[in-house]
Amino acid sequence: MPDVNFIVDGKQLTAPAGTLLIDACKAAGIEIPAFCYYPGLSLQAACRMCVVRIEKMPKLQTACTTPVAEGMVVQTETPEIAQARKATIQLLLGNHPLDCPVCDAGGECELQDMTFKYGAAESFYTEPKNHREEQKWSPAVYFDRPRCILCYRCVRMCGEGMDVFALGIQNRGSSAVIAPNIPASESPTGMQQLDCEECGMCIDACPVGALTSDSYRYKTRPWEMNHVGTVCTHCGDGCKTTLGVRRSADGMEIVRGDNRDRSGINNDFLCAKGRFAFDFANHEERLTQPLVRQADGKLKPVSWEEALTVVGKKFKEVRDSRGGHGLGVIGSNRITNEEAYLLQKFARSVLGTANIDHHRTADYTTFARALNGTSGKTASQRDTATAKAVLLIGGDPTNQNPLTAWNLRTDVRLNKARIYVANHAPIKLRRQAKAFLQVTDLGYGSLAAYLGGDDAAAQAAAVDVNALAAFRDAVKGEENLLVLIGNELRGTDLEKLVQFALSLPNAKVALLSDYVNSRGAADMGLLPDLLPGYTPWMQPKEFATEYGDHFPAAKGLDLLQQFDAAASGELGALYVVGANPVARYSIDPATLKNTFLVVQDMYLTETAVLADVVLPAANLYEKSGSVTNSYGDLQLVRKAADKAGVRSDFEIIVRIADKMDHKVQSLVPFGNGLRADFGQTRGAQSGEADRHAVWLAANNMEPKLSPFDPFAILDEIHRLVPGYGSLLRLQLLSGNDQHVEPVVNKNELVQIDGDTNRRDLVLPANDTLFTSGTLGRYSEKLTQLHGKYSQEATPTAAD
Amino acid sequence: MSAVTNTIFSPELAARFDKLVTLYPVKRSALIPMLLYAQDEVGYVSDAVVHEIAQRLDLFELDVRNVLSYYSMLRTKPAGKYNVQVCTNISCMLRGGYEILDHCKAKLGIGHKEVTADKLFSLEEVECIGACCWAPAMQVNYDFHEDLTPAKVDQILDDYAAGRGKDVK
Amino acid sequence: MPTLVSHPDEVKIISRRFGAGAADIEKYLELDGYKAVQMAIEKGAEWVINEMKISGLRGRGGAGFPTGLKWSFVPKQSEKPKYVLVNGDESEPGTCKDHVIFLHDPHSVIEGTMIAGLAIGAKMGFIYLRGEYRYLLKVVEKAVADAYAKGFLGKNIFGKEGVDFDIVTQTGAGAYEVGEESALMESLEGKRGVPRIKPPFPAVVGLYGGPTVINNAETIASAPHILLMGGEAYAKVGSERNGGTRLFGISGHVERPGVYELPMGYNLKKAIYEVAGGVKGGRKLKAVVPGGSSCPVLKADELDVGLDFDQMGKAGTMLGSGGIVVLDETVSIVEFALRTIKFYQHESCGWCIPCREGTDWLKKTLTRFYNGYGNKKDIANIQYLAENMMGRTFCPLGDAAAMPTLGFIKKFREEFEEYLEGHRTEKALITTEEMIGAAH
Ligand SMILES: Cc1cc2nc3c(=O)[nH]c(=O)nc-3n(C[C@H](O)[C@H](O)[C@H](O)COP(=O)(O)O)c2cc1C
Ligand code: SF4
Ligand code: FES
Repeated sequence: MPDVNFIVDGKQLTAPAGTLLIDACKAAGIEIPAFCYYPGLSLQAACRMCVVRIEKMPKLQTACTTPVAEGMVVQTETPEIAQARKATIQLLLGNHPLDCPVCDAGGECELQDMTFKYGAAESFYTEPKNHREEQKWSPAVYFDRPRCILCYRCVRMCGEGMDVFALGIQNRGSSAVIAPNIPASESPTGMQQLDCEECGMCIDACPVGALTSDSYRYKTRPWEMNHVGTVCTHCGDGCKTTLGVRRSADGMEIVRGDNRDRSGINNDFLCAKGRFAFDFANHEERLTQPLVRQADGKLKPVSWEEALTVVGKKFKEVRDSRGGHGLGVIGSNRITNEEAYLLQKFARSVLGTANIDHHRTADYTTFARALNGTSGKTASQRDTATAKAVLLIGGDPTNQNPLTAWNLRTDVRLNKARIYVANHAPIKLRRQAKAFLQVTDLGYGSLAAYLGGDDAAAQAAAVDVNALAAFRDAVKGEENLLVLIGNELRGTDLEKLVQFALSLPNAKVALLSDYVNSRGAADMGLLPDLLPGYTPWMQPKEFATEYGDHFPAAKGLDLLQQFDAAASGELGALYVVGANPVARYSIDPATLKNTFLVVQDMYLTETAVLADVVLPAANLYEKSGSVTNSYGDLQLVRKAADKAGVRSDFEIIVRIADKMDHKVQSLVPFGNGLRADFGQTRGAQSGEADRHAVWLAANNMEPKLSPFDPFAILDEIHRLVPGYGSLLRLQLLSGNDQHVEPVVNKNELVQIDGDTNRRDLVLPANDTLFTSGTLGRYSEKLTQLHGKYSQEATPTAAD
Repeated sequence: MSAVTNTIFSPELAARFDKLVTLYPVKRSALIPMLLYAQDEVGYVSDAVVHEIAQRLDLFELDVRNVLSYYSMLRTKPAGKYNVQVCTNISCMLRGGYEILDHCKAKLGIGHKEVTADKLFSLEEVECIGACCWAPAMQVNYDFHEDLTPAKVDQILDDYAAGRGKDVK
Repeated sequence: MPTLVSHPDEVKIISRRFGAGAADIEKYLELDGYKAVQMAIEKGAEWVINEMKISGLRGRGGAGFPTGLKWSFVPKQSEKPKYVLVNGDESEPGTCKDHVIFLHDPHSVIEGTMIAGLAIGAKMGFIYLRGEYRYLLKVVEKAVADAYAKGFLGKNIFGKEGVDFDIVTQTGAGAYEVGEESALMESLEGKRGVPRIKPPFPAVVGLYGGPTVINNAETIASAPHILLMGGEAYAKVGSERNGGTRLFGISGHVERPGVYELPMGYNLKKAIYEVAGGVKGGRKLKAVVPGGSSCPVLKADELDVGLDFDQMGKAGTMLGSGGIVVLDETVSIVEFALRTIKFYQHESCGWCIPCREGTDWLKKTLTRFYNGYGNKKDIANIQYLAENMMGRTFCPLGDAAAMPTLGFIKKFREEFEEYLEGHRTEKALITTEEMIGAAH
């Protein structure tokens, strides 16, 4: 669109033709008030707050519906306009309960702000107000009708944004009211109910306190909270979430999650998990003291010092007696990149073992290999909101990657994107799809082959074989295609599909996974055969020299092989950090009876109860660092909450190393004590100087002062991990996401064992909107929501 | 055969609905007539009516309820067999509309939006029904009665009570 | 059945066939029926639009927009189908003229719809009647069926290859706001009767997203007559820039209430005192609401004005929908204002704040005032409320509520003030508890 020139409040402005006046003004720093306008949602012009005076127009006009035009002359704050707005507010306040002192929104309420600005404080109505009791619409959402100003944001958010349509407007005139989709007459409780995805977007969109959340309502005042922007710990989409925290008896407690400031890759979006499922931190079974199994077989609380001494001693003993291969390490997909990196470094350089793995929820090793050293071919989460065309093969973003689903819907709605969905199930996103192809139950491999040109694969690929050709033609006809791949695709199937995508000129790919740092765990080398950055064990590059004497010059045992080794008595000790493999992989507890088991977790999970030592760990909201989402978008994690007694995984690992008499400085490069002969003939290349210090100086950075500072390890990641070398620290620290890509050479990579007799190493979590692995079970809110919807035979709104 | 198996409507109405949805460029256009015709047959828009109409038009039930609650002729509770709707808007008021309303109240022993015990009559005060030049006016179900006087009203109500009233649907 | 009235001053164009049994298609044909549409087919769209422009016909729905001009706004080419939509929602208090047309001459609406369709290049028309008009819907439905049976509707109408036109009849279900053109389209699409954002206007993006001409039933029914008699002849009947005649419904305190067809520009005073037989019972006239309940009131000494859009505008009120409501000296303006506002409060769709809340507070305040619990500030408050609704609402319903309110206060302020001093109406007309009880 060409730019047009117009004048607002005497200022000469320019904006693309078609821009709404309200947006054009905002961009120029002129704020026009509005209740019903919400960027990205359909226009309403209902609240009449955004009225402005436009020359040559007889009446005041709504800035939210007026596109800027060449030569337009606009006034946004004249006495006439102020009076119109004041009268509107007076009308609203006439029936408003004015219970601001107890209202959740008090202090961050748009109606309050407007009243303050336009001074509509005096009330000239003496009639009684229309009162209505507050209603509980779901385990998460409450509605307080008298506070509602009928801006219809919630209705649009639910319908247009979420494609759920659980909220409507009923009655008319002054009886008009927002209503949920289950009427009292049809509800088991006899009260109106919501049947929806429980995302809570309606609560966030509400400019006043009409919609409130069960988690937050009447808990605190907004100004008593600190607000910390961090990353949601649940799925692989990596939404930014702003946590409201408040001091509690034993630390800092999270009382709210939202993303109202629209910062981050998710803009204003959060799903039920991101918004409500922070309550696991305060679960009554949360561990706050280390436990050590006693001679009587019972776990007993002990001091940190004692527990760490036991662990360090035992690990050292096993290493020194049996060698590194006598130890195993299982990491987590919910710890930070720094912790994941540190953990594998600890394994390889302190324990001297390559027996290291994690619960893989998507096949990132194959993905990295299939990319074959290309660059600029992987998609960022941001691309899903802007792509012209998207091919979604497998996966169910609505349930498993809600932000991806939100972005795709937004993309269709606002940009008219074309979405092609191929799935074995009729997933909900087919409603936005231009074409939906039903894949046979095990047909993804065949489909990948068919797309790649193997017509013989057609028969096994789709339920309706005749639909295939048109589907392939349409997809191949797209000039800029985004290929999103569900974690059903692994191994050669995945490889074929990625190759197909790479064969299209401007296509980009992404592989969806289940947890906040599933991708980071793989990138950081929590793998038995790959070092960080998918560096093959056979060509370990600088890792071999950097990681010191214990570095294992072999590939290690994967997660399942470690348990096999434990069963046959070959694993002396197993160190499980933030994972519950016993439950996830249905491991027989007897397998571990001869293995010294150390588990670092928040609760006594199925794995932790078997442990000899349990170390109470902090969760993602209680630490800082970085995580990488499914797409490879790196984001900063900031410490929001705190819990007395627990320690971050980072700190615990460092302290175990210390207890093993390892020189901590070589594990975590910290402190000023480093000396280097940099800038001299020998320098960084010599192998004798402290490379890290050289690098820090070369990059104008300060050495970190504490061994528990995750950024000391971030420096090392930046320096050593292929793909992470390009990260911009200022971007990261200022809370911006940045995209990273694997940088690998195909021929060097090892792939997943194709042996079908064994359970696959990649085990998708198959979480729903209301489950989140083991962690989700400890969230009371998720448990309630899961309970509500799992009883239903067919959730009507959810599909 | 109706497009919906197990329809709650009479075969005639079901057939009419089958046809109705084909008349418009968009099926949903049939919604308001369907609600009204269903109400004529069932007596009110019951939950079952909402279910079936939503099903026939591929709508969420919530959509149907949103629309249904907007229109003042649609009701979600049964009315009497004869719904007496007395206009009291300006033209009628000037010529005795309220008198007629009060007379109906007294005669039937019920108030606005109430139903007689025998479920024969219900009463409503309504807004202008487009009979201003023949005021005061009222409608009994869909039939207009104009130039009313209390005596005329007595006659009309007696006729309905005796089953002699006109009743077009 | 509503009684038909007549008066020698009437110029019978649109009412020509009233009482002649023209609901029957044979009778209609006998009385020049379906001739105009065939002329239109013959002579083409441009001719039709031109005749309509020359006729000076202005919309009979209330706003008085020139009909020929409106039709000419519809783009010639359109990707989406075009439609004609006939507004038979007639709900403005004081208005019952379309009622008579549907009853006595339904085919003229059908023929007019076809003419409008030919003029804009639409192949489909909708005739929307308010839900209360069920018995009229039956009449129109039968007329449509008869026209189909004769081959006047459907494919190749009147035997003309490639000329197709379909008409679908539609019923509302009780909502004044649905008479507003964009709300009407929403309603016809099966939605809540909430108006749409304008622009785009219906002529560009209307029903089902296609260009749509929407006209009042009387406007549409005038079209065949205009083509038959010629635009120029039609224009001549009326006053300057207000072509032809229109149906005026005169109601309230007059001797002979009824729907009369008078030339545009006809004197209001004459209409009341001569055509409608003067004030009922020989009482004195107090005020007149001249064009449906939303028009500002005229006092007894302001009636010497011509009934057309421009003259009424100059007189500070509106011609509106042609429903003239006459109030005699016994009427309490406070009571009348309350009853008027009760209507708008009931009918506000609730979409926008100034109308939804404004009508509600106007009603509440007036109710209390009416019940004798008002104070001097209330008069100012009522005025303040109405002034702050004017021009601020999403659709003209807000104005329609504010305008008469402001008019009543402006012209009868003393009566409001006297009311506070205990001068209440002797014989209250309003007796509903809802209105009386609300103050306690
Ligand atoms: C609140 C409101 C109610 C209206 N009701 C009617 C109505 O019942 N009948 C009608 O013909 N026009 C009504 N109108 C006017 C229509 O919006 C529209 O102007 C008219 O149908 C256009 O037709 P015309 O140009 O033939 O007058 C109403 C307008 C408003 C704002
Ligand atoms: S003015 Fe506003 S609330 Fe009133 S009817 Fe129009 S849109 Fe609805
Ligand atoms: S005022 Fe009663 S019908 Fe119009």
